[in-house]
Amino acid sequence: MHIVVCIKQVPDSAQIRVHPVTNTIMRQGVPTIINPYDLFSLEEAMRWRDKLGGEVTVLTMGPPSAADSLRKALTYGADRAVLLTDRFFAGSDTLATSYALSAALAKIGEAFGAPDIVFTGKQTIDGDTAQVGPGIAKRLDLKQLTYVSRIVDVDLTSRSIVAERRAEGGVQVLMTQLPALVTMLEGTNEIRRGSLDDALRAARADVVVWSAADAGISDLQKCGLRGSPTVVKRVFAPPPRSEKAELVETHGRAPAESADALIDIIFARAPGVEADLAKSVSGF
Amino acid sequence: MSNAPASPQAGGGRASMKKELPERFKSYRHVWVFVELERGHVHSVSWELMGEGRKLADKLGVELAAVVMGGVDAGVREAAQESFAYGADVAYVVENPVLADYRNETYSKALTDLVNTHKPEILLLGATTLGRDLAGSVATTLLTGLTADCTELDVDADKSLAATRPTFGGSLLCTIYTLNFRPQMATVRPRVMQMPRRQDGRDGRIVPFDVDLREDDIITKLLRFVPDRDSNKSNLAYADIVVSGGMGLQSAENYQLVRQLASVLGAEYGCSRPLVQKGWVPAERQIGQTGKTIRPKLYIAAGISGAIQHRVGVDGADMIVAINTDRNAPIFDFAHLGIVTDAVRFLPALTEAFRKRLSPHSKDRLAG
Ligand SMILES: Cc1cc2nc3c(=O)[nH]c(=O)nc-3n(C[C@H](O)[C@H](O)[C@H](O)COP(=O)(O)OP(=O)(O)OC[C@H]3O[C@@H](n4cnc5c(N)ncnc54)[C@H](O)[C@@H]3O)c2cc1C
Ligand SMILES: Nc1ncnc2c1ncn2[C@@H]1O[C@H](COP(=O)(O)O)[C@@H](O)[C@H]1O
Repeated sequence: MHIVVCIKQVPDSAQIRVHPVTNTIMRQGVPTIINPYDLFSLEEAMRWRDKLGGEVTVLTMGPPSAADSLRKALTYGADRAVLLTDRFFAGSDTLATSYALSAALAKIGEAFGAPDIVFTGKQTIDGDTAQVGPGIAKRLDLKQLTYVSRIVDVDLTSRSIVAERRAEGGVQVLMTQLPALVTMLEGTNEIRRGSLDDALRAARADVVVWSAADAGISDLQKCGLRGSPTVVKRVFAPPPRSEKAELVETHGRAPAESADALIDIIFARAPGVEADLAKSVSGF
Repeated sequence: MSNAPASPQAGGGRASMKKELPERFKSYRHVWVFVELERGHVHSVSWELMGEGRKLADKLGVELAAVVMGGVDAGVREAAQESFAYGADVAYVVENPVLADYRNETYSKALTDLVNTHKPEILLLGATTLGRDLAGSVATTLLTGLTADCTELDVDADKSLAATRPTFGGSLLCTIYTLNFRPQMATVRPRVMQMPRRQDGRDGRIVPFDVDLREDDIITKLLRFVPDRDSNKSNLAYADIVVSGGMGLQSAENYQLVRQLASVLGAEYGCSRPLVQKGWVPAERQIGQTGKTIRPKLYIAAGISGAIQHRVGVDGADMIVAINTDRNAPIFDFAHLGIVTDAVRFLPALTEAFRKRLSPHSKDRLAG
């Protein structure tokens, strides 16, 4: 079985600072991480590989430095890493990103065997759109299973996959055909540490690096800024909350008294809450 | 890279690429809202969007349409009728047995066909699991722009949709346009927009639409649906009141204090990430960037420092109350109310005080 996991290198948002004057992201020195959602997909991919045999390829589109994330994925136990990098990709929105990644996935299919499952993360923490996965599925005509909480079964003989998918108000148990695109829900598993062997292998491994041309992309109009129908016109910092929290006095008060004081303020400032609570209690 | 602005300069460069709208898109008019109907129930985000869509349609001087699809006799007509009460002028209704349950294959085909036939200029969907699943497929098929998780929608002087959304985990906002493509698509999370007032008796036109879909042609099958009430799943995202705890609670046992307060308030309970990592609380209760986004009317955070990854999950709360021993904890920068005290001692007092307030005459029953 061949599984491809799309991972994205993202700035660690814990460390992001916004320049107070220019409102630009101060990227210098901001460490990068693998998009945390992608790790749930990577772990799931490796579990099915371990179960059914085969290989896991990780794919990312990004600057040359994104190779770091791929190498990290190799230390976790991925088998092969592909970096799609080209200045033509700069400024891609979700449509252009899904275009480039689909092209790379098709090329991966030619070079290393057609993927049975393509995983993406549920969403990224920087783009945060959850749209690249569905976009790839549409472009490659893969059956789409998003927000999966559990893959119940993968049957390579009948080429079917059964998965539990989080829907509004419940869980759908869906069966569809491979090849499929899956996005895993957060918290469904935990990324393994990776063995010492994996670490040694990762250190020696070559990351496959493809340019747009290498990936067979001839239509550069569909890439990057030009291929992006959306245009970012304005970037600005959210207006800061004008005042800090109003603090309830605790000095010389027993907890019960402070609690009463706190409830008074809550009810005064949010009368709706008091009404709701009164209603729900009388409904017992 | 997706939708992440490199810099405002780059943004300016893109905006200046603006040309006149291609001829084939000039006939695209009106504002549409996709009405999410699942199991006979309309998701409230659809009506929130209807309120927003009404404002956009009025600014543009066009009609507001609801798109309702579902199985036969599955409440489609009723939902269409209800959409008029929330502001729609027209409702496109698509009824077909294959649409009884949401599946990407069937819904994206139906919605794409409808868009290609009736050509809206703006199409709004809820950023729910259904809406996000559907919007990404439809936008890619139509090769148009999609701005996800908007927090503000407006029309510009030149009548294009200005969609504002947070980026980089909420540390920045950006306003995004879909200049030369139609429809302009956007999704909005539940609870971001205000619920419009219902105007009963308001009427509109129903326009039926047929899609060519037969069960035999559809590969994805729904084997089972397990509703949440049967599986004891949390309903955090939609809860009106959420009580949550962080590392300041110091132990798994102390987390019970959070659950007790939640129980007295009829609230949902949540936590910060370390509690999940320690295995004290199940993952589905985690609030924040890698957990749930919540928009309650009241959020009570006990022993949570308020790291940015936590903050982005709760910023939409109407009122945030923080309990923390450290008066300099970042949570006091965005909480509305705070109390500098030991949560382990304070939570039982607060629970008791609420208990008394809420049922002054029935102490016995509640105590028992
Ligand atoms: C990629 C990434 C994603 C993340 N996603 C999330 C996420 O989705 N959600 C999330 O919550 N975190 C997330 N985090 C973690 C986040 O950065 C913080 O580490 C986490 O939120 C801290 O949790 P905490 O506030 O409970 O703990 P701490 O930071 O340890 O804070 C404990 C707080 O309790 C206070 N305290 C101590 N004793 C008491 C007492 N007796 N009574 C009252 N207060 C007391 C302290 O003053 C302190 O403010 C993420 C991190 C990364 C890198
Ligand atoms: N540049 C990229 N390279 C590889 N995968 C990506 C890239 N951008 C997005 N993805 C994948 O698509 C998922 C959803 O991204 P997004 O639509 O930005 O929220 C991510 O979790 C990744 O798996």
